Amino acid sequence: MAEMDTSGGGHKKGPGVKKSKKLSTRIDLTPMVDLGFLLITFFIFTTTMSQPTAFKLNLPKDDPSHKDDTHIKQSGALTILLGKDNHVFYYENILDPAGKNFKSTNFKDIRDIIIKKKASTPDSDFFVVIKPNEESSYKNVIDALDEMAINVVKRYALVDISDGENQLIHATEGASISH
Amino acid sequence: MSRPKLPRKSTSIDMTAMCDVAFLLLSFFILTTKFKPSEAITVQTPSSVASKVAPDKNIVLITLDKEGKVFLSMDDESIKESIANTLNSSKGLSIDVNAFKKATFFGTSFGQLKSFLNIPESDRKGNLLPGIPCKDSTSNNNELIEWMSIINNAYQGQKMNLLLKGDNLAKYPSFKYVLVAFKKNDFLKFQMVTNPESVPSGSDLWKLNQTIKGGVAPKEEN
Repeated sequence: MAEMDTSGGGHKKGPGVKKSKKLSTRIDLTPMVDLGFLLITFFIFTTTMSQPTAFKLNLPKDDPSHKDDTHIKQSGALTILLGKDNHVFYYENILDPAGKNFKSTNFKDIRDIIIKKKASTPDSDFFVVIKPNEESSYKNVIDALDEMAINVVKRYALVDISDGENQLIHATEGASISH
Repeated sequence: MSRPKLPRKSTSIDMTAMCDVAFLLLSFFILTTKFKPSEAITVQTPSSVASKVAPDKNIVLITLDKEGKVFLSMDDESIKESIANTLNSSKGLSIDVNAFKKATFFGTSFGQLKSFLNIPESDRKGNLLPGIPCKDSTSNNNELIEWMSIINNAYQGQKMNLLLKGDNLAKYPSFKYVLVAFKKNDFLKFQMVTNPESVPSGSDLWKLNQTIKGGVAPKEEN
């Protein structure tokens, strides 16, 4: 394929014509292949195959009359609180005034907690409340919402944190640093 | 006993076939590659399991950088033109409509918009600009509310894709105030740009996907 037909077509040369020496037309293709693969590697590494995806979020309408508010059962509620440095806190049902059921966790373990709560509550009562505080990052919020998608939680809400809960977070975060 | 002599074979291989394959692959990668346009605002998006590809037509994109600064970009030039005219007539900004049309993003308060548009395109960098003021939920400090209402009027029932692209490190309050601006203008559906991530195996969503794909629900293991 890389060599050409150099047999000269077969017509006879005159008696005075000197026969020129036939040169081989075989080319060494190795450098060309090298270059080819070098470029391939370059394009493989620079190509971006994964396109960004979009995560859908529907917001509830702000209704001052509160007539369409969703009422949730305390027994089916799981509240996830997000603090700084990827700290996660949660409590089930309603927050104990003394903060006894206020527990600390992390993003790895929160999935098991959601699964456990989901399994132990009737589907119609299960509700997750996500409350990020002012020091949590956008990534934390997306991760928490993503966790809802992963565990197929149908009803969840993003709610502003209350002062009492925020104080508990700060107290716990302060305590964990001093230890 | 003498061994039969094996004929010595040439060790040179015909490279032609290999060369063909190499260049075929090369042309494939050259044609499919899509260079990332150098972005004026650097944003590291979080990842999610969402599998829907982000739309790229008729978009209104709000970018939230790691310091919580808010930028706005749109792709439809005719919409941008009508927005520029609205801004000129209602706020008396006397901005250059053509420059507004060509600008890829906006990242200043209304007052500074005119001087922002005088900066050459290549010098508009997210880290040097103040961003659209979006500091709380009142319209005094949250100009995004007004931006969204102008955009809403400009689109007037046409299909638009509202996108939010936030940085991993952006703090929650800045995200919250963007949501406030959306809510106040009844933009209740929007999409957040993320990097794709695989669904963890064994989770409920994974089981759901398996059921849809395979048609048979996997056995529950206990």
